[in-house]
Amino acid sequence: MSRTSSPEAAEHVGVLIIGGGPAGLAAAVAARKAGAQDLLIVERDRMLGGILNQCIHNGFGLHTFKEELTGPEYASRFISQVKELDIPYLLNTMVLNLDRDRNVTLMSRKDGIRRVKADAVILAMGCRERPRGALSIPGFRPAGIYTAGTAQRLMNIEGYQVGRRVVILGSGDIGLIMARRMTLEGAKVLTVAELMPYSGGLKRNIVQCLNDYDIPLQLSHTVVDIHGKDRVSGVTIAQVDERRSPIPGTEVTYDCDTLLLSCGLLPENELTRMTGAEMSSVTGGASVDESLQTSIPGVFACGNVLHVHDLVDYVSEEASHAGESAALYAASSEGERRADAEAVEIAVAGGVRYTVPQRIDPVRMPDKVTVRFRVADVYRDKTIAVYRGEKRLSARKTRVLAPGEMEQVILKKEELSGLTAAEGLRVVIED
Amino acid sequence: MSETRELTCINCPLGCALTVTIRGQEITVTGNTCPRGEAYGKKEVTDPTRIVTSTVPVEGGDIARLPVKTASDIPKDKIFSVMEEIHAARVKAPVRIGDVVIRNVAGTGADIVAARNVNEIAV
Amino acid sequence: MKTDHDVIIIGGGVTGCAVARELSLWDLDVLLIERGEDICSGTSKANSAIVHAGFDAKPGTKKARFNVEGSRRMKELAVDLDFAWKNNGALVLCFSEEERAAVQELYDRGIANGLTGEELRILSGEEARKLEPALSEEVVCALEAKSSAIVCPFELTCALAENAAANGVSFRFLSEVTGVERSEEGYIVRLSDASVLKSRYVVNAAGIFSDSIHNMVSGHKLAITPRRGDYLLMDKEAGGTVSHTIFQLPGKFGKGVLVTPTVHGNLLAGPTAIDTADKEDTATTAAALAEVQERAAVSVPRMPFKQVITSFSGLRAHEAGGDFVIGECEDAPGFFDAAGIESPGLSAAPAIGQYLAGLIADKAGARTKENAVLTRTGIPHMALLSDEERAELILRDPAYGQIVCRCENVTEGEIREAIRRTPGARSMDGVKRRVRAGMGRCQAGFCTPRVMEILSEELGIPMEEVCKNVPGSELLIREEGK
Repeated sequence: MSRTSSPEAAEHVGVLIIGGGPAGLAAAVAARKAGAQDLLIVERDRMLGGILNQCIHNGFGLHTFKEELTGPEYASRFISQVKELDIPYLLNTMVLNLDRDRNVTLMSRKDGIRRVKADAVILAMGCRERPRGALSIPGFRPAGIYTAGTAQRLMNIEGYQVGRRVVILGSGDIGLIMARRMTLEGAKVLTVAELMPYSGGLKRNIVQCLNDYDIPLQLSHTVVDIHGKDRVSGVTIAQVDERRSPIPGTEVTYDCDTLLLSCGLLPENELTRMTGAEMSSVTGGASVDESLQTSIPGVFACGNVLHVHDLVDYVSEEASHAGESAALYAASSEGERRADAEAVEIAVAGGVRYTVPQRIDPVRMPDKVTVRFRVADVYRDKTIAVYRGEKRLSARKTRVLAPGEMEQVILKKEELSGLTAAEGLRVVIED
Repeated sequence: MSETRELTCINCPLGCALTVTIRGQEITVTGNTCPRGEAYGKKEVTDPTRIVTSTVPVEGGDIARLPVKTASDIPKDKIFSVMEEIHAARVKAPVRIGDVVIRNVAGTGADIVAARNVNEIAV
Repeated sequence: MKTDHDVIIIGGGVTGCAVARELSLWDLDVLLIERGEDICSGTSKANSAIVHAGFDAKPGTKKARFNVEGSRRMKELAVDLDFAWKNNGALVLCFSEEERAAVQELYDRGIANGLTGEELRILSGEEARKLEPALSEEVVCALEAKSSAIVCPFELTCALAENAAANGVSFRFLSEVTGVERSEEGYIVRLSDASVLKSRYVVNAAGIFSDSIHNMVSGHKLAITPRRGDYLLMDKEAGGTVSHTIFQLPGKFGKGVLVTPTVHGNLLAGPTAIDTADKEDTATTAAALAEVQERAAVSVPRMPFKQVITSFSGLRAHEAGGDFVIGECEDAPGFFDAAGIESPGLSAAPAIGQYLAGLIADKAGARTKENAVLTRTGIPHMALLSDEERAELILRDPAYGQIVCRCENVTEGEIREAIRRTPGARSMDGVKRRVRAGMGRCQAGFCTPRVMEILSEELGIPMEEVCKNVPGSELLIREEGK
């Protein structure tokens, strides 16, 4: 333990993992298995597992473990591995600062201010929920307005009741899950309003969290007023037009004491920005290459801090890749690092909003690289295609594509040999 | 006499609108695009089941609530009876994942089991 | 018969607390009564947070006098009482040739109000854009007011109140004044909880309710119209959009909307000016928020409205006469008004406090307190300290090492300190105003459960009784049967 703040006294760490949620845990386990010695996980909360701790519902792990687990069970599989592999971790510890040379300042009750110099850093800070303020919902600002995740934490970790009569805005999965959760705990969920003409949540959640309990889902609807000066006493919902503007005359007011918001997640990239890493304005996360390295050498990103995922299984998979890459980087010599890096940006078209990674180095890439992306709208009977210049490398027919689901394509090294930026690489949706 | 039910298939994002027709022992599913839809439709009208998850208070643990779940799926119409028993349950730390909290909950044959480890805190 | 107090101050906003602080330097027994659960919970909590230079008010008005005096005093007060204040300067934009004369008029007003030629300057459109590159191409000229500043109204009010408390002023919260009557010794003040207090003097600093309080004792009736102002607050990432406070010349676009950095580094746009009949109506409306966007974009075309983290509205106490009502009430001796305090009330507060305290001390024949505490130290903001200072503070109190609000980097130590001070935070809002927990970009999504727990521990109340502000604003629902 060092209670000093002089940079000379910085401790050395091989791979520092910021965040002990699903991404950080999987990254740490993979880095260790790839041979990294000096690992350290830094977690700001009082336990490992991140958001999974409050996701007590089942449905996790079908891809990873071929069984349906609850959030805490899924987390515990990785936490056990972290413990078995003797990976050190700090709890209740905040990373205050991170610079491009991977100097890190940590703060905690136990250790005070602690300085670390890391060979490689993995960013795995996760995301936060879009708050009421960012949605500019007019009305009063009383108690009883919660983001779905905050309500979930209060209920599932602390065991408190947040409301009796509830309106939910946004049909993201957390909102749907909370509709069922609150119903099971005795609350009456009056309705779920969704601004878009489609739900951002999984079909299964709409059926099992809303339909099972006769909770109506109102698509193309939004909250236009919040009543009650001290505690919420009502919420007014109105239908919206194609431009998402409320249609006058369609307002309906619900008597309720609680409004839950499930209106999207935002990657938490405060530390990423401190390094000066190039950011993607679409994902809200860093822009990365095929090794999930940001534009800052030795700084990698994975999980929801990189782009918001739909399933935790994909977070784990992506994070394992980041862990391996970081281990490799930490073990390499100065000369080997980013030598002859000739990364080509992956272009998107036809409704593909972004890809992660955003660029790929045809020489340095492994045999196969998974490229994940999301689409801008609901598309039926389309083809996902990858083009190298004018040449179509792959095409896959899909019945349906939806913004709520993450898609992926696999790029093969053999097909990209000699690829240049002038030639270009594109992921597109086409007929 | 036949009865029809409208369902949404949950197997993939397609979310096919299923029409399930029940004529005595004979059940037919239309609107599905794959065999999984047919199987889902049949199960939903004959024997709909769900996993139920919740939390119970823990005494003397390093956390206040123990997440729990039904060890296997239970009949859908038993959800609220199961919740009633869960609400009455209390456990003492330490608890290990898989520990049985309630045996044969609400007569469903399924147990309520712990979904995480809870350590004892030294008082 | 002896009175309970020498002075009762009605209202714990910035004005009431400024009067309390100045009175606390005299040998007087002072009680401040506030209807909210905390100080700074009315107009003082929702405004532009500007310390105006003083060129705006008509020469000869009380607004002009107290603004210029208050703004000058604010600078020293910020040092003495340790609150955030920044002299960022202001620009008043003019968008048409016809209105150039109005800019000159503002300049002349400023000089007439006592500002110096050093403080004011008329800039060409180019010069203005050179100072503030984000300004509109339409700006033809601008008045620069170098002494304009920004302040944290919460910290300012808390600083005044804490210093007052340190000098013996007592505070009574959740008490609404239902009646004030003349008596032989002074005044009888009746409260909503049926208690009756006697005081030699009364100060009316009741904000939007200052008309009702005044009218209880005076035949010269006051009439306050609550004038709602809606605001949009943007993320710190957008804080650098402008460095000056950007006003618009009143004119073509009606009453102007301002764009300003806040002293904590956010960007603020607003207010609207909507007269309402309801003194509780602090609800924002979609139309008003749209109006703020539209009007702010006249000054700064590329306003980063995608970065809005919250919107809010406050009520200004607009008195029918149009000026502050300050001083001893003509037909009620010993009753002192600080009524109709709308803009530039925040700027004027230190001067109003000093002026009224002087009048009262004079009338009471009070002496200055010998051992008065003249300074106050703020709660340390870990976010603003160096690593060395942080390390030292954590050694002293490990709670300063535990981050609770991760957006604003607020620690458990700061939150506990905010609750333990006098007058201390009693609610989520009270904590937020003192130490900014929940003020950041996630708007309390992550820190709410932990701040609730700390309040519950420190106040010795169950979690179910933790409130956002007043009773009735409980965050949790008590489970049936418990």
